[in-house]
Amino acid sequence: MTHIIDRRLNGKNKSTVNRQRFLDRYKKHIKEAVNQTIKQRSIKDMEQGTEISLPSRDVSEPIFHHGSGGVNTRVHPGNKEFHQGDLIQRPPSGGGGGGAGEGQASNTGEGMDDFVFQISQDEFLDYMFEDLELPNLVRKQLKDASQFEYRRAGFTSAGTPDKLNVVRSLKNAHARRIALGGKKRKRVKEILEELEALDEKTKAEGTEIEDTPIRAALLEELEELRHKLGKLPFIDDFDLRYNNLIKVPMPSTRAVMFCVMDVSGSMTQAIKDIAKRFFILLYLFLKRNYKHIDVVFIRHHTTAQEVDEETFFYSRETGGTIVSSALELTDEVIRDRYNPADWNIYVAQASDGDNWDDDSIRCAKILSEKIMPQVQYFAYVEIGSRFHQNLWEEYRHVASAFPEQFAMQDLTDAGDIYPVFRELFERRDA
Amino acid sequence: MTRSDPSVHQPFSSIVDNNEMAISRMKNSRELPLNPNFKQQFLSEGSEWSFELLAKYDKKIAELAEEFGLDTYPNQIEVISSEQMMDAYASIGMPLMYNHWSFGKQFLSTHKNYQRGAMGLAYEIVINSSPCISYLMEENTMAMQALVIAHACYGHNSFFKGNYLFTSWTDATAIIDYLLFAKQYIQKCEERYGAEQVEQLLDSCHALMNYGVNRYKRPVPLSPQEEEARLKEREEYRQRQLNQLWNTIPKSERPKDAEEKRFPDEPEENILYFIEKNAPLLDTWQREIIRIVRKLSQYFYPQKQTQVMNEGWATFWHYTLINELYNQGYITEGMLLECMQSHTNVVFQPDFDSPYYSGINPYTLGFNMMRDIQRICQNPTEEDKEWFPDIAGSDWIKTLDYAMRNYKDESFILQFLSPKVMRDLHLFGIRDDKEQEHLEVTAIHDEVGYRELRKELSDQYNLGNNEPNIQVYNVNVRGDRSITLRHYMHDKRPLDDQSSQEMLKHLHSLWGFPVKLESVDDQIVVQAWECPNKTTEELIGKA
Repeated sequence: MTHIIDRRLNGKNKSTVNRQRFLDRYKKHIKEAVNQTIKQRSIKDMEQGTEISLPSRDVSEPIFHHGSGGVNTRVHPGNKEFHQGDLIQRPPSGGGGGGAGEGQASNTGEGMDDFVFQISQDEFLDYMFEDLELPNLVRKQLKDASQFEYRRAGFTSAGTPDKLNVVRSLKNAHARRIALGGKKRKRVKEILEELEALDEKTKAEGTEIEDTPIRAALLEELEELRHKLGKLPFIDDFDLRYNNLIKVPMPSTRAVMFCVMDVSGSMTQAIKDIAKRFFILLYLFLKRNYKHIDVVFIRHHTTAQEVDEETFFYSRETGGTIVSSALELTDEVIRDRYNPADWNIYVAQASDGDNWDDDSIRCAKILSEKIMPQVQYFAYVEIGSRFHQNLWEEYRHVASAFPEQFAMQDLTDAGDIYPVFRELFERRDA
Repeated sequence: MTRSDPSVHQPFSSIVDNNEMAISRMKNSRELPLNPNFKQQFLSEGSEWSFELLAKYDKKIAELAEEFGLDTYPNQIEVISSEQMMDAYASIGMPLMYNHWSFGKQFLSTHKNYQRGAMGLAYEIVINSSPCISYLMEENTMAMQALVIAHACYGHNSFFKGNYLFTSWTDATAIIDYLLFAKQYIQKCEERYGAEQVEQLLDSCHALMNYGVNRYKRPVPLSPQEEEARLKEREEYRQRQLNQLWNTIPKSERPKDAEEKRFPDEPEENILYFIEKNAPLLDTWQREIIRIVRKLSQYFYPQKQTQVMNEGWATFWHYTLINELYNQGYITEGMLLECMQSHTNVVFQPDFDSPYYSGINPYTLGFNMMRDIQRICQNPTEEDKEWFPDIAGSDWIKTLDYAMRNYKDESFILQFLSPKVMRDLHLFGIRDDKEQEHLEVTAIHDEVGYRELRKELSDQYNLGNNEPNIQVYNVNVRGDRSITLRHYMHDKRPLDDQSSQEMLKHLHSLWGFPVKLESVDDQIVVQAWECPNKTTEELIGKA
C-alpha cells in the first residue's frame, strides 16, 4: 500500500530556528568576520550579503577518535602493480592515496577548510550596525510629532451615519426594550396565570366559562398592557452608537540627510571617495530607522550649490573655500522644504579642514544659532588633514555647546571610515 | 549526529560525476535484450512526471517486487522541493527533530555547497519507519523517480523490515512518535530551564553519542505511550537509586574489602547510560534528555553497521527491478539508459590513486557482492563451488534474502566476499605501522591473499575497531566522586590528544566531578587525561 503525498507546499524553512541558533552561538566570530569584510569592501557593495568564514576548529564538534599512531590496516581498490610483501614509501602527511586512515582525521578540524557560509544582506547590515543607534531619536519621537493616525477608541453616542456600529446599536435597543417592558411583561404573565386559575376553577365547578366582571377586568388590563408593550419603539435615537476614532500623534518616519562637502581644489578625488563612503554608510544606517529618506547634496567652494549626486561626487571645481556658504544654504533649504516638526534632520559634513580664516567664526555662529536647534545630529568628519586648522577649533566650541547633537572626528584613510562611523554613532548609555 | 550519519541515504550525491566513463562502462556491461514474450506497453514516454504516473510506476514496481519476494512496510512517498531537501538533510533526514545549533550548521554548509554547485542533492532520503517515508525531489525526471522508488521504497524498505539488526534494535512503528515526544520534551525544557542550558547539555550528549549504545544487550523497543507513562516512574526511581549510591551517612559496619570493589562491577560500555543513571548532580530533566539522545543513537546504530549491505541491497534491487520493467516492455529504452547512467555513477569506484578516491564506495562493494551472490547461485564456477559449496547453484532469491536478513557488514563480507569480487575490484591491503618506515602490502587479490584480504576488509567494517573502545571503569564512590574511563587500545592505536581533552570537558560537565581517562594497552596505562586539567606526564609520571 503506497501513499503519495505532495509536500511541496509545506513550509520550506524548517531549518530557520537551527540556523539562527548557529548564528547566535558564533555571534562574536561572525561579527569579527563582518568587520573584516567591511574593511576590504568598497562601500558601493556594502549592501549585499556576504560570505562568512570561520575556522573549522571553532565550529567543530568533538568526538572520541583515534589519533595517528599504532597499526592501521586498510583495504583499497584498484591495485595495479603491488604484490604481497611489497614495501611502499609512506606518502607525506597521512591522507591521500595509499595512506593511513580515511575520513576520521577530518573530525579534528585540522587540515580542513574553513567553515564557510552565506549571510543575507539584512543580516550583514544587522551585524554591521549592531550597537549603533541614532542619537536623539527618542526625543524626536515624543516631541514635535506632527503626524497623526486615527485609531479606534470605543464608541460614542454621536457621530456621522458612516461610523454607525449596527451590532452595538441593536444590542442597546434590545437592552432598552427589555428594561422598559420588564414590569409590564411581568404583569402580563401574572394576569395570564390568574386567568388560567380562574378558568380551571370554573371548569372544576362544572360551569361554562363566561365573562365574570373579574375576568373582564383582567382581559381589559391584559389588552392595555399588550398595547403599551407594542408601542415600545424597536430602535430609538439614543440606542445608536458610533465607532469612535481618535487622533494619535505619530513619530515622524521621515528623515532628511544633508551631505555637505567641500569641493575646492584642495579636495582630491581620494578624499572625496572617502567622504562618499562615509555618506553612504550614513545613508544605509538611516534607512534602517526611517521609512522615507531624502538626501540633499550641498557642495561648496567659495559659494554653495545644491546639486545632484553625480555632480556632487564627480565634478571638480577649483577655487577657494568658504564653508559658511554651505551652512547658510543648508539652513535655507531646511527652512524652505524640511520643517523640523515633520522631518528628522541629519547633517553630515566632510571637509579637508581648509577654510578662510575669518570664515570659521561665522560658521560656528551659523551652526550654533541657526542649524543646531533644528537638527537631530550634526556629524563633521575631517579627512586627510595632518594638522587641524581653525575650523576644527571653532567646531570644537560648537561641540562642547551641543555635546548631544554635534560630533566630530578625523579620518585619514578608507580603513578608518567604519571605526569612525561606529564611534560617532555608538550606543550611549543614558 | 551531525557527522555524516548513515540514516540519511544519499545514494547519488557523493559520487563523482564521470559521465564519460559511466557511459562507456554501461555499453560494455550490458546489451539490451528485449523479451519477445512481452509486447511494449510503456507506462509513459516523456521525461515529465506527474502524480498519476508516480502511482502507476509505483504499482508496477510493487508488483514486480512482490514477485521477487520483497517484504516491505507500507510506503509513504513524499514529493518535496530542493529547499525542503536541504531542510531534511539538516535534520539528519528525520521529518521532525528537536532544535540544535549543529543542525543549523549542517544546513548552512549544505546550502552553501548546493548554491556553489559543489554538490548535488541526494535524489532521495528514506526513513526507517512504518510507514516507510521516502522523499522524492520534484526536480527529478520520471526515470529518476522510478529508479528512486525502486531503490528506496522497495530496496531500503525491505532491508529495514528484514534485517535482524533493525528488527531487534529499532521499532519502526514508533520512531516518529518518539521524535515528536523528544522534540516537545526538549522544547519544554528550553522554556523552563533556558535554551542555553539545554544546548550545553545537548552538546555534551552529541559528543558522546557514539557511546550511548548497547552493543550487546538488546534494548526494549520504545513506544511513545509507554515512554510518557514511565517517565514519572523513572524519575522517582532514579532519585531513589542515586540516594542509595551517594548516601553520605556512613554505614555502621563496612566490610574492609568493600573498599577495593570497583563501581561498576563490570566496565560499562554505554557511557551515556551510565551517566544518566549515576551522575550525582543532574536534574531529572537532564537525565531525560540524555536518555533521548541515547535512544536516538541506538536507533541509528544498525544503520552504521549495515551501510554496505543496505546500499548494496537497494542498489541491487533498483538495478534488477528497472531492468525487469524494461524487459517486460513497461519503460522505454531511453528511460532505461537514463536509469543505468545514474546507476553507473552511483557504483563508480575510483582507484586508490585517483584524486576522487575517498575510500571504498559502499554502493560498489555492496552491489558487486549482491550481484556476485546471484551469479554464484545461477552460474557457479569451479572456484565458487569450492568457496561456497552451500550456495553455489541454490535459489538466488532465497539465498540473497537469507543474507540480507541475518548479517551485518562485517559478517556479510567475511561470509560472502568472493575471490571474483576481490579480483574485479583489484583489492589489496595496506598495513601502516607507525613504527615502521614503510607501508606494507599485506595481501592482494591472488590465491594466497584472498582469505587474509577478506578478513582485513571485514575488520575494516567492525565498528568496534574503528571507534575507540572506551568504557566506564571505576567511580570513586567514597572519595572525590571522580569517574575513570578506560580506553582499551586496539593495534596500539592511540586516542587523538586534542579531541580527547575536549571530550573530557564534555564528560566533566555531565558528571560534575573530576573525570579521568586512561589509555590501556596490555593492562598498562600508556596515556592519561584528567579534567580539570592534568597532562599525561603528571598523571603517569607520578605513578
